[in-house]
Amino acid sequence: MEYVLEVSQAVFALALAPLVVGFVRWLKARMQNRRGAPPWQPYFELVKLFGKEVVVSQQASWLFRCVPYIVFASTLTVTFLVPFFFVPGPLDRVGDLLAVVYLLLLGTFFLALAGLDPGTAFGGMGSSREMTVAAIAEPTIAVAIFSLALGAGSTNLGRIVTQALGNPATAISPGHLLAFAALFIVALAETGRLPVDNPATHLELTMIHEAMILEYSGRYLALIEWAAALKFMIFLALLANLFVPWGVATDITPVALAVALIALLLKLGLLSLLIAIIETRVAKLRLFRVPELLGVSFVLALLAVTSSFLLR
Amino acid sequence: MLLSKFIRTGLVTEPLNGDPARNVELAHETRAEIRRHLGRALAIREVDAGSCNGCEIEISGLTSPVYDSERFGIHFVASPRHADMLLVTGPVTRNMEVPLLKTYEATPAPKLVVAVGDCAKHCGVFKGSYAVIGSVADVIPVDAFVTGCPPEPAEILQGILAALGRLPQKK
Amino acid sequence: MFIAYGLGALAALVSARKSLGRGLVALGAIAGAGAGLALGATVIVTGVPFTLFVPELLPLGGGLALRLDSLGAFFLVVIGVGAIPAALYGAGYTAVYEDGRASLRLLGMMFNLFLLTMSLVTLADNVLTFLLMWEGMSLTSFFLVMTEAGEERTRNAGLWYIGMTHAGLVMLLAAFLLLTGGTGSGAFADLRSIAPSLTPAVRDIVFLLAFLGFGSKAGIVPLHVWLPRAHPAAPSHVSALMSGVMIKMGVYGLLRLTLDLLGGGPAWWGGLVLAVGVVSALLGVLYALMEHDLKRLLAFHSVENIGIILIGIGAGLMFHRYGLMPLAALGFIGGLYHVLNHATFKGLLFLGAGSVLHATHTCNMEEMGGLIKRMPWTALFFLIGAAAISALPPLNGFASEWLVFQSLLGGVNIPVPEVVVVMPVAVGLLALTSGLAAACFVKAFGITFLALPRSSEAAHAHESPFSMQCGMGLLAVACIGLGVAPFAVVPVLGGILAGLGGLPDTRAEFTYSVFLQTPGVFGQMSPTLLALGLLFLLGVVPSVMWLLRLNYRRRLSDSWGCGRVGQTARMEYTATAFAEPLKRVFAEIYRPMRELTVDFHPGSKYFVQSIEYRSEITPWFDQSLYRPFLESATFVAQQVRRLQAGSLHLYLLYIAVVLTLLLVVARWF
Repeated sequence: MEYVLEVSQAVFALALAPLVVGFVRWLKARMQNRRGAPPWQPYFELVKLFGKEVVVSQQASWLFRCVPYIVFASTLTVTFLVPFFFVPGPLDRVGDLLAVVYLLLLGTFFLALAGLDPGTAFGGMGSSREMTVAAIAEPTIAVAIFSLALGAGSTNLGRIVTQALGNPATAISPGHLLAFAALFIVALAETGRLPVDNPATHLELTMIHEAMILEYSGRYLALIEWAAALKFMIFLALLANLFVPWGVATDITPVALAVALIALLLKLGLLSLLIAIIETRVAKLRLFRVPELLGVSFVLALLAVTSSFLLR
Repeated sequence: MLLSKFIRTGLVTEPLNGDPARNVELAHETRAEIRRHLGRALAIREVDAGSCNGCEIEISGLTSPVYDSERFGIHFVASPRHADMLLVTGPVTRNMEVPLLKTYEATPAPKLVVAVGDCAKHCGVFKGSYAVIGSVADVIPVDAFVTGCPPEPAEILQGILAALGRLPQKK
Repeated sequence: MFIAYGLGALAALVSARKSLGRGLVALGAIAGAGAGLALGATVIVTGVPFTLFVPELLPLGGGLALRLDSLGAFFLVVIGVGAIPAALYGAGYTAVYEDGRASLRLLGMMFNLFLLTMSLVTLADNVLTFLLMWEGMSLTSFFLVMTEAGEERTRNAGLWYIGMTHAGLVMLLAAFLLLTGGTGSGAFADLRSIAPSLTPAVRDIVFLLAFLGFGSKAGIVPLHVWLPRAHPAAPSHVSALMSGVMIKMGVYGLLRLTLDLLGGGPAWWGGLVLAVGVVSALLGVLYALMEHDLKRLLAFHSVENIGIILIGIGAGLMFHRYGLMPLAALGFIGGLYHVLNHATFKGLLFLGAGSVLHATHTCNMEEMGGLIKRMPWTALFFLIGAAAISALPPLNGFASEWLVFQSLLGGVNIPVPEVVVVMPVAVGLLALTSGLAAACFVKAFGITFLALPRSSEAAHAHESPFSMQCGMGLLAVACIGLGVAPFAVVPVLGGILAGLGGLPDTRAEFTYSVFLQTPGVFGQMSPTLLALGLLFLLGVVPSVMWLLRLNYRRRLSDSWGCGRVGQTARMEYTATAFAEPLKRVFAEIYRPMRELTVDFHPGSKYFVQSIEYRSEITPWFDQSLYRPFLESATFVAQQVRRLQAGSLHLYLLYIAVVLTLLLVVARWF
């Protein structure tokens, strides 16, 4: 029974991901005083992309054609490990937070290779920048995991959430808040949001994630865009459920699951609003200022660990 | 402060109205599958084949809050591989002939081409210049023309929608 | 085992030029390595050590004493795992030397002797045997490095290597002498029993000397400078062995001395090892990022991975001191597992680099490209190696790095607050190195294999011969296997550690069917299930798309380049450009030298005739650490040289003076 729920949870996340991205776009449009596309616009885009022809470069190799599937599969694997509705999931022991981070790195690694494959300058530039940002974001994630694991006594996601549900005091401790801030900055960096990368830009010299996928079209592009939306949703769900776990069901009854669903949607909505406000307010950082931003998040994470430890 | 500003201003998007028949010319009937396929989500790649940039400025107004092309599901992309429609401006100059062809070739099917401006339709004031090869239709197949020098953003939007088959055509 | 190696060496002497000779050399090496592997596996499985004592052979030092216990057996298995594919690969690779550029006889003989002495190091049970075999290993590897002695770079590399390895030997000699404590017996069993009676100061000095000596062999910073010179200079299968296996002998020695003979020590030992490990890992990967010579890049990566291994071992030593035995075992297991994994994926990468060298006759990444189409198998194996070294699941690098991370996370249990506060920094820096390693290998694989060829050699590259592909394939399979089935390896490692330095048998703590778990169930993970899940999803997605009839209409075209005509290799990203953002971010550590020369037209300074830009990064150890040292050593040597005036009468005078002095000293004392 639990396995069925787990699978349906992953399917639900897969289905909801484009809506979250669309919702952020819609909020940004409203904040710019225009009507904007409805929040479910990304679904139309995905359907359209799946129906389009695929144009592949002659200079690219078999790697170019395999990468969309690898990126999609690795991101989808992570959705099985992240608690969206209920804890502890039956697959909780299969992977902990470190495994999640490295699975996402797997997707980034291959996407960067796909950027280099067609031999264009933009692709190489995107790959180089993406790997720089990913490498410098790693320490913050690791130290933030450390601080969360300290409080919960485990690096497994289900345990962290259960632990936080068990003693609410830890969720408001300074360690947690600082870790939330640090992980929030990293989430912006890893998912390609302002101020690190503008997802709506069409100036190649300002692109990081987009530059790697300039060569993709049709169903490959659809898979990669869906995987990117899924990654965004995973980060938001992690931020929501690890730090504000109330609402997550601990027993499998219809009422608890319904409450969990509503709670998750509420939390995702609030986080999307926050991100939309930040994206409207802040300008994109110059690439060589991004390490400074990530350095700030690293310091925040270190402070989080120190305070969690000292207040134990 | 941001909050108060955007609440005070409210939505400024103007509804799309006006007579499309004045400036929009369809080269042929929109195919049904285009409407079904691309009707709800359209990605446009804008190509300047040698224009004076007047049409570009009007096109850049399309994404502004007043005209807001995004409410129709239209957005602009950087790579023709991601695009469904090419919005071409200007007469085709000698140096831009091959790039225009390459852009058209790089766009995956099904695709549309809308030529914006008098220059794109019949070379406008540049007709006969030594640097110009011809109009856009001489180089790539065009699905709709939007005439004007430059046409207003609302007219360009009507042209795009007409090419998609989303506007009722008054003949 | 001896017989097999001996035969291999002899065969090399006898018939070198023909392919039969090369095959025999390889066969001898494989048979010997296989025998060693079998021996090691037997000892690990049965737990019964293997002993062989020949007192007549080296009577002064207590005889040739060989004893293989579990720790040595593990390293013997590592040697076997590294040697078999390398030898197989070498059978095909050494064909390039048949034109007389290098002596195949010497290569074959030294190759087999190298493997023999290295295996005997793990078996040594006696100070003299150990040092003798250690020296033999260094000398044979020196000859192997100098194979292509015709080139200036190789001779320079050989000189650095032999100098540093002998400096290390001197420190080891001093350490062992102090350890024997004047009893005169060199047997390890005796050393073990008298170690507790040594004063703490002596133990500290022994530890430091041993750390420096073994560390210089392992390649810790700042004693690593021979690595980037020697590894690229040697033939590729030798580099694979040296990098994958020989530097692990340094780790073996350190473990043997610290944990086994000395029985552990104060916490600062572990702290020092940990700190040096972190610094080595970070600096290794930073310098690797800036390299565009494929082999030098891999050599710097070896420094990084040794750093990771030392992090695990340092953490283990620290936990050991505080009595947290399960966590100590976790740290050591992480380190040892990484030893095995590094041997496999670094060996694979070096063999791959050798194939590329073989095909394109250059190691410079800036001249390669597009090789994935011309050398598909090599590219696939190199990709597996690159993914493994970047610690991507579900390959083996991920499993061992996960263990090392978990051991660092367990650091919160140490009762000393100052140490605990520093642990997160170590965690962060370890994560940084693993991210940077991933970036480095995107660059290495991407620039070398993908996109368009940047030179005519790359455009005409050919796939490697079959034996070379086999060698690489074996290691690729090992990488995948070790990654997917860590539950088979980890309890074995736990068993190896049992009894060493008072560690209990922690086999039961670490695995739970297909899951890897840490003591106290702090973290649980199953790479096997992750791999299965990934494969399943990789299969499901295209199948669903096929069912929905979504896989039609594919068209080939040129890469999108904003409508330009044609595409050449000059338009691609270069290796230097790829690493440039990181060079800027870490500019303080790199301190790149930048030189910009602008030539103006003689007529007017508004017209530029040419611009030349040079940027170079020399590791600052060379500048600030080694150069003053070398300069002062040369200065002292030149002063001493004055004594050698060349006159026979002066030399006779010297002899007379010294003899008189000796007589006086012997009379009075």
